[in-house]
Amino acid sequence: MSAAPKRDQYDVVIIGAGPAGLAATADAAGAGLSTLLLDENAGPGGQVWRAINSTPVKEEALLGTDYWSGAEIAKAARDSGAEIIHRATVWSLDRNLEIGVSVGGGSAFIKARRVIIATGAQERPFPIPGWTLPGVMTAGAAQTMLKSSGLVPDCPTVIAGQGPLLWLLAAQILRLGGRIDRVLDTTPRANYMAALPHAFGFVTSPYFMKGLAMMREVRAKVPVTGGVTELAAAGNGKLDAVSYVTAGGKRETLSAELLLLHQGVVPNVNLAMAAGVEHRWNELQLCWTPVLDALGNSSIPGIAIAGDGAGIGGAQAAVWRGRAAAGSAIKASRSNAKVSDVSAQLRRAERGRAFLDTLFQPAKQFRIPQGDTIVCRCEEITAKDVLDSVAIGATGPNQLKAYRRTGMGPCQGRLCGLTVTELMAEARGKSPQEIGYYRLRAPVKPIMLSELANLPKTEEATKAVVRG
Amino acid sequence: MFKRADGDSRRSVTIHVEGQAVAAREGDTVSAALLASGLDVRRATAVSGARRLPYCMMGVCFDCLVTIDGVGNRQGCLVPVAEGMQIEIQKGKREIGK
Amino acid sequence: MKDYDVAIVGGGLLGSAIAWGLGRLGQRVAVLDEGDIAKRASRANFALVWVQSKGLGMPAYTGWTVRGSKAWPKLAEELKAQTGLDVVLQQNGGFHLTLGEAEYEQRSQLVARMHNQTGAADYRMEMMPAADVKKMLPLIGPEVSGGSFCPYDGHVNSLRTFRALHAGMKAFGVDYLPERAVSAIVRDGNEFRLATAQGEIRAAKVVLAAGNANATLAPMVGLSAPMGPTRGQIVVTERTMPFLPHPLTTIRQTDEGTVMIGDSKEDELDDRVQNHPINAVMSDRAQRTFPHLARLNVVRSWTGIRVMPKDGFPIYEQSETHSGAFVACCHSGVTLAANHAFEIARMVKDGALDTELVGAFTAKRFETAAGAGGSGYY
Repeated sequence: MSAAPKRDQYDVVIIGAGPAGLAATADAAGAGLSTLLLDENAGPGGQVWRAINSTPVKEEALLGTDYWSGAEIAKAARDSGAEIIHRATVWSLDRNLEIGVSVGGGSAFIKARRVIIATGAQERPFPIPGWTLPGVMTAGAAQTMLKSSGLVPDCPTVIAGQGPLLWLLAAQILRLGGRIDRVLDTTPRANYMAALPHAFGFVTSPYFMKGLAMMREVRAKVPVTGGVTELAAAGNGKLDAVSYVTAGGKRETLSAELLLLHQGVVPNVNLAMAAGVEHRWNELQLCWTPVLDALGNSSIPGIAIAGDGAGIGGAQAAVWRGRAAAGSAIKASRSNAKVSDVSAQLRRAERGRAFLDTLFQPAKQFRIPQGDTIVCRCEEITAKDVLDSVAIGATGPNQLKAYRRTGMGPCQGRLCGLTVTELMAEARGKSPQEIGYYRLRAPVKPIMLSELANLPKTEEATKAVVRG
Repeated sequence: MFKRADGDSRRSVTIHVEGQAVAAREGDTVSAALLASGLDVRRATAVSGARRLPYCMMGVCFDCLVTIDGVGNRQGCLVPVAEGMQIEIQKGKREIGK
Repeated sequence: MKDYDVAIVGGGLLGSAIAWGLGRLGQRVAVLDEGDIAKRASRANFALVWVQSKGLGMPAYTGWTVRGSKAWPKLAEELKAQTGLDVVLQQNGGFHLTLGEAEYEQRSQLVARMHNQTGAADYRMEMMPAADVKKMLPLIGPEVSGGSFCPYDGHVNSLRTFRALHAGMKAFGVDYLPERAVSAIVRDGNEFRLATAQGEIRAAKVVLAAGNANATLAPMVGLSAPMGPTRGQIVVTERTMPFLPHPLTTIRQTDEGTVMIGDSKEDELDDRVQNHPINAVMSDRAQRTFPHLARLNVVRSWTGIRVMPKDGFPIYEQSETHSGAFVACCHSGVTLAANHAFEIARMVKDGALDTELVGAFTAKRFETAAGAGGSGYY
């Protein structure tokens, strides 16, 4: 069972036990820094190496060598002497490097001399008609179930979208004997030409051969429809059918009980933004990325961001970013410490990224929905509702929130924020950077009222509240 | 909707879903166990009562909200199953005292 | 360039209510507002339509508050008829609950002082022991010692009110002009020229409704608005089934089902940082008041900056040197919304404040030593 942090202050606190967090932990603790690693999941690995210590899928070929490469780093972190707490929810971080963490139903504040945010990525919202229907899930969700529980689809299943993870998931499902009836590839045809100038970087990257092999493996077993330009899920209370429009303009419908959607991943920004870290809109990756220096240091002194939260770079880049951030923390703590320069390794790991980002940049119609399509899943607010708000004066996400409660539900904007920004930018003829994002506030994840109530109080605070 | 792949040798864990015994495996999350159960485990949202199932399975979407051992609105995708766990499917807003 | 009868600086609840009221009277109105990120009490407020304990030290404020509370149903009905939006006004009385005997005693003294004040005759604010409170609020915890109850008190969905006013403004033909912070106002002949980064707006009259920023805008048109803003912090829970039939000063359940828990009064004016001990105190008191709240999840907390005239009472003033210029600022933009929509709008259209109704709220009171005392805010 998870226990609360042993100390109230650490040299470095690392948030997230994926590739970046594990690598940073191993290095920081290895150099003798008092190191705390906090992670929300039951075990290490993050999303890409999920359930690395516990997966029931033991045969190495099934999940692939990239997956199993995580075992060594997870072990290095475990053996590093760092304090590691799983099922810990970090719900607050501020510019004083004070961290609110919930473990086992109780919360505490701890102080850090350095914080490395390694909270990674989440899948980009895929707001198509019917995407809230039971039976519509993300591809990442299916992969999580596959890795941690060996669960695979056994009903009529469609996988739709684009990007490397889509093909990896399809291959893994098939290897484990699961069912896929169709792959609908939404990669815009025009992206192939746009990506061409970046192709050299890609063919010399580690992704290239693996990617090709995986696509061949899937195509040999499942019909693939390319160039899909429209996509909708339909059903009454649950998914019954997936309809789509082909590159040739033909509308077709497939019966399906499960639709797995994926159009890339985007940084998980909530904690960093709530801490006040400056972010900018990334025109290529079409998401918010933090403003960082080469070592991952953010606009808030003492807070670094490593891994996909720093901008999508993939697992290998995440490892090197984690090590760079750890090196920076070690240097800050021990000025005479020897820290190796990992910039060359990081550059190599990032090679091919421009090609992938360009090729798999999702089409506008899959990012900016229309009409009755739900934008905010929590508050059930549609694209039309958002546009109506713009018409009466909403200039950005925060005024929209006041009008329509978007982003006020439990997910706190994670599933609607990017859509809202892009939809409002489109409606107002502005750039997403000009439109901005929700102002995020603690708790960035829900915690029980009793946890807040049991935190330290002061006489001054009591006086500010109890006023007769 | 989902089946278990061959060769899963994890220990069986019994949980109770709306009173009905369900065999899960050690290391399953509550959401994974529910989706593998074959039961109708759709919740109803607090806003419109619309039916939902888990969407992201990684803690960001909150569509897996479920009542676990009498406590409502838990993220089922982040909670591992435990022997004897009592699960209720949530219907609308969280109830008083749950 | 379009000419307006009235330019209103500030598109929050106060400016919007006046603009809506003027649009309703057929006036050509422009509302100049800031953009998406601004200090907006209209987005941060606690949404009470509140009478009890208002006006200690200024009986006229009690009367103005009661009048506003009584006019609220008319505002809610008109907004619904015009926009289709139900702002869920509920005025079945509200509580201030106390924990322990000392707090009960202190509250009793406040109620006695209110009763002793002339002009507070219609007030109907009563102390109520815990046993009686429990009949109306069955889920209170054992530490609740009782509290004060006032049958005029209520609450409303203030965000939906904000939206309804903006939708209604549009329907009345009011031009809402966001992202136009006003940098200068000059009088030129018989019109006012308001400078913004996006160009100039001209209008025959100007109403300053820019909250605490009125302090710097008012001198541009020969007015003064001494402000003393404070910060308030609020936490809010996820939705739960309805359990709270009456609002409290510090706890209310919204029609959506979320539970709002307030609030603090701080001198700190940075709305980007949280005071954690204050959240702890508020949460602790909330769970002692209603023990079942302890297991509810908090989904968000925020800080807002109160619009607060220096002595806590509203300021309504017209310029003697710049005829046609008005300033309006108050803390209770929700409670007084109907007064602003109906009374203040009418007065602005007529070109003169009605001294019988709002004469007590002149900013001249700050020029005398007597004006320094008192507090209009509990």
